[in-house]
Formats: sequence, structure tokens, C-alpha cells
Amino acid sequence: MARLVVLGGGVSGHTAATFAAKWLGSAHEVVVVTPNSKWNWIPSNIWVGVGQMSKEDVTFDLAPVYAKAGINYKQAKAVSINPEGSESLEKPFVTIEYTLEGREGESENVEYDYLINATGPKLNFAATPGLGDANGLGEHTVSVCTADHAVHAASELDKCIEKMKAGERQKFLIGTGHGMCTCQGAAFEYIFNIEHEVKKAGVRDMADIKWISNESFLGDFGIGGLHMKSMGFAVSSKIFAESLFTERNVDWMVGAHVSKVEKGSVDYELLDGSTGTESFDFSMLIPPFAGVGLKAFNKAGDDMTSDLFAPNGFLKVDAKYDAGAYENWKASDWPETYQNPTYENIFACGIAFAPPHPISKPMSSPNGTPITPTPPRTGMPSGIIGKVVAHSVCDKILKGSDAPLHKASMAEMGAACVASAGKGIFSGTAAAMTIYPVVPDFDKYPGTGRDTEYTFGEIGLAGHWIKHILHHLFIYKAKLSPGWTLIPE
Amino acid sequence: MATDHGKHGETNINAYGNNYNTMTPGPFAKWMRTCVIFQAIRFIIINIKMIIVVRKSH
Ligand SMILES: Cc1cc2nc3c(=O)[nH]c(=O)nc-3n(C[C@H](O)[C@H](O)[C@H](O)COP(=O)(O)OP(=O)(O)OC[C@H]3O[C@@H](n4cnc5c(N)ncnc54)[C@H](O)[C@@H]3O)c2cc1C
Repeated sequence: MARLVVLGGGVSGHTAATFAAKWLGSAHEVVVVTPNSKWNWIPSNIWVGVGQMSKEDVTFDLAPVYAKAGINYKQAKAVSINPEGSESLEKPFVTIEYTLEGREGESENVEYDYLINATGPKLNFAATPGLGDANGLGEHTVSVCTADHAVHAASELDKCIEKMKAGERQKFLIGTGHGMCTCQGAAFEYIFNIEHEVKKAGVRDMADIKWISNESFLGDFGIGGLHMKSMGFAVSSKIFAESLFTERNVDWMVGAHVSKVEKGSVDYELLDGSTGTESFDFSMLIPPFAGVGLKAFNKAGDDMTSDLFAPNGFLKVDAKYDAGAYENWKASDWPETYQNPTYENIFACGIAFAPPHPISKPMSSPNGTPITPTPPRTGMPSGIIGKVVAHSVCDKILKGSDAPLHKASMAEMGAACVASAGKGIFSGTAAAMTIYPVVPDFDKYPGTGRDTEYTFGEIGLAGHWIKHILHHLFIYKAKLSPGWTLIPE
Repeated sequence: MATDHGKHGETNINAYGNNYNTMTPGPFAKWMRTCVIFQAIRFIIINIKMIIVVRKSH
């Protein structure tokens, strides 16, 4: 009997573990180590953050789902990996620390034959003074990165709406909280959902809404922007984004590294080297992401974390990490199999794998401050990569260790994204987009780097309906309800 | 930036400000965005486009 251990039960790890359990059946064991008792459909946290959904709407208990799937569920967080075992344990193992009520802090070594690291991001609030610290989110801003954060954000938003109703102007500052952030799409959704809600509340005239982000241009989204076919033109996402911001009367500042957050204001540095301060009454700033800080030890117990993990804490896979300057970047730098180059039985998927480099062109201010989006790994690629990695591991277990690996490069994969711009069955809108491929391939598609036949976008009510349907569909799928395997990632 | 929240996005344009060079939708384009019949058709078309990209990516 082989044992597959999956670290992290989020979008990517849950996909990997549930497919592996289905394909392996009861002859082999799948273990999931994840610290939360609930699964969270993170994209809908945006609607929790404006009070349009509850935490219960976007989460469900993992234990019954894993029991149904025959998965051995350990509510714990992984602390370290011993890929060669140790002096006392022959097999490779992961050291975990329970978070389960009643067993908090208890440690256990879980042996594995195959390991998938899907631990997602550490929300690195501590990277910006005042944005937070090692314990997480600080007191001056709000966040929508977790369901609990979003519940708090909604209550703060309510207070602002009440103040506006009482005649007090409010300034909303939404965007990224550091020069090296990703996930601009989530902030984009949140700013337009706030705009929609304050309009609904009848206080739009009392709200000044401003975007602040590390993108070098509006509509970059960490993927270097995209050109979409529209009215016979290939139109840059910059035009569409600027158009929407103008139409909804949302001001913007780009190329900004937030260097400090204080009560009611942020300090920032811009790409031209200038600095400034922006005030706010309500602010949601996405923190930079890092790996979750797993350690690695060799058989003798020596620290070998830097062999297994990149400096940003993400797990090294089959990517080209020495591509160098932007001019040398190629689509082939991006990983295909997500297998660790040193340990063939270790894989990573979703945000947990170390990308070779950003997707957007790196930029820095004349003072040397890097102000450049790091590459996003959104839901669809995270799900697809999780499934592909599970497929490779299952083939190795079922067909033999030399079974060929399955591939899913982000430079050959598309993504469908729906960015909400306001919720409402008849008044809602969302930008529905497809992009192909996610990572531009300028050799294959000279000019825009993407196939404009398959890269499109439009905003409207239809996009909102799709977003709402996807909310229910993905929760249905994650609960392993009948027919779940038919729903694509 | 102008503070007029008029129906037309163009009233929010600030001459020589950072939003001076973009396009803004007129009232018809905005109405179409939430016109249920038009959006029902777009719903089908967008779904087809997305399914094609999803199939190409798996
Ligand atoms: C507010 C917001 C909105 C978003 N909206 C969209 C959207 O509309 N569309 C889209 O495609 N994408 C969206 N995304 C991105 C999407 O959520 C991510 O792409 C996706 O969650 C990545 O999946 P993952 O499995 O890599 O990470 P996660 O889903 O974050 O899962 C990681 C898991 O690992 C667990 N973990 C952490 N540390 C450890 C440890 N030490 N040991 C074991 N387990 C650990 C975590 O608890 C978590 O369960 C959004 C993100 C945010 C923050």
C-alpha cells in the first residue's frame, strides 16, 4: 500500500487529494494535512466583504467530505519535510502540528511515499510596517483574503456607510499593500463591489474611491495585461480597465509600493522614485504572498530548506530558475510537471510552486525598490495543476515509478476568469474574461503573446450570472456531490 | 478627478488627468450591460467561449 500525503486542502490540494482518492481507491492511502476545519471558496469572499454573503455561504466542513472520499484527514499544519527520512525513520516524512481542537500543538511525523505540497500562500502582512505583523492583519486596514477577514471588512464597511448617511464623507483606498504583491484581481473586484454597494445605499456622492497598486499600468493584473478581441480590434486591458474606472468614477494610482501603513494613511513610493502619503477612512490592501515557511532537513538532521524551497518559500519544481533578464524569458521557463528536481516523489501545485520569474516585466524605482507584480496563480490553473499532479502520482503508484508524468504548463494553458463588479440578480455586473495562454508566449504569438481568438473579455450582467453559478458549482464539486468529476476545474 | 456621478462616464473625465485618454461607454452601451434579453444571449455566448478555452486547457 502506497501513501500519498497532500499538504494543504485549498483549491489546488483539495482537487489533487479528491481525484487521487478516487483514482487510487481503497488499495492505497491519501492523507490530507490542512490546518482549517472548513473549506473556503475564496473568490466569493469578495461578496462576504460587502455583506452580500455570509461566512457560512462560502465555507463548509471538510471532515464529512474527506470521510466520504476515504481520505485520512489530519487537521494540522505541516512544519517540516524530511525527504530522506531521519536517523530514526527510514522513510521520508512530514512533521505536522495539530490545530484540531483538543490536540492543539501535538506533533506527529507522517511518513509518505509521495508528497504534494499545496500549502498556498502565507499572507505576508508583516512585509509592510503597519499592514500587519507575524500574527497577521494589522488594525488599520481590512482584508478579504480569508472568510473571517471578509466578515470583519463587511462590518467596517457598514460603519462607513452609516457615517456617509450621517453626512460624513468617506475615502476608500483599495489595492495592493506592497511593491511585490500579486492578486490585483481580487482588489479590483472589491473596489467595484464597494462602489456598487455605496451606490445602492444611496451615498455614492459621499464616497471618494481610489485604487493604489503596484501594477505599472492599470489592467496589468500581474500577467502583463492582455489584449482582447473587441469590435474587430485587439484592445489592451489597460483601455478597458481605465474605461471602467472612469465610468464608475474611481481614481487610481499605479506603480506604487506601499511602504508604511498608519491609522488613516499610507506612505508610498512610485516607480519614478517620488514618495507621498495617501489618506483613507477605509482601506483594503492585499498583502504580498510568500511560501508558508516549511523547513526541510536531510537524513542527518541538517537544515536543507534552501535546497527544496526558493528564497520566497515556494517549492522548487521543474522550472527554469536561471532565465535571467526579462529579454531572455521564454514560455518554456514555466514548469510542466511540477516535480521537484531533487526528490522525484515530491510535487507542488497551486500557489505553492515556485514560479521561474514574474509574468509582468519587472520594474523598480530609481531608489532600487522593486515595484512589480508577482505572478498570480488563479483558481483554474491551480485546480488544473492539482489534478495533473495527482494524475502523475497515481500513475506512478498504479503503473510503476517510471510511468510518464502528466503536463500542464501555464504557458500552454488558458484561464477563464470572472471578476465581479457588483452583486445583484438584475443589477450586478462582472467582467468575464478568457485568456490563452496565461503566460504569454511571444515566439508563438508575436506582438501580444496570446492567441486573440481565445482571449476575450466583456462586462455585463451575464458575467455576474456566471460568477454566481460558478460559486454554487465549485462548492458542489468540492463537496464531492453526485457528478462532481464532470465539473471542470 | 471630477465628482459628478452623471449617467455618462464621460462626465467623470478630468481634462489632462490620468483618465483623459480612455474611452467611456454611452447610455446605450451601459443599458445593454444589464438588459436581460441581450445579457441572456451573451450568457450563452460567453459560456461557449469559456468552455472552448477550458477544453483547450485540460
Ligand atoms: C479575495 C480573493 C479573491 C480571489 N478571487 C479569485 C477569482 O475570482 N478567480 C480565481 O480564479 N481566483 C481567485 N483568487 C485566487 C484563488 O483563491 C487562488 O488561486 C487559489 O485559492 C489558489 O489555490 P491554492 O490551493 O494554491 O491555495 P489556497 O486555496 O490558499 O489553499 C492553501 C491551503 O493550504 C493550507 N495551508 C497553509 N499552510 C499550511 C501548512 N503549513 N500545512 C498544511 N496546509 C497549509 C491553507 O489553510 C489552505 O487550505 C482569489 C484570491 C483571493 C485572496
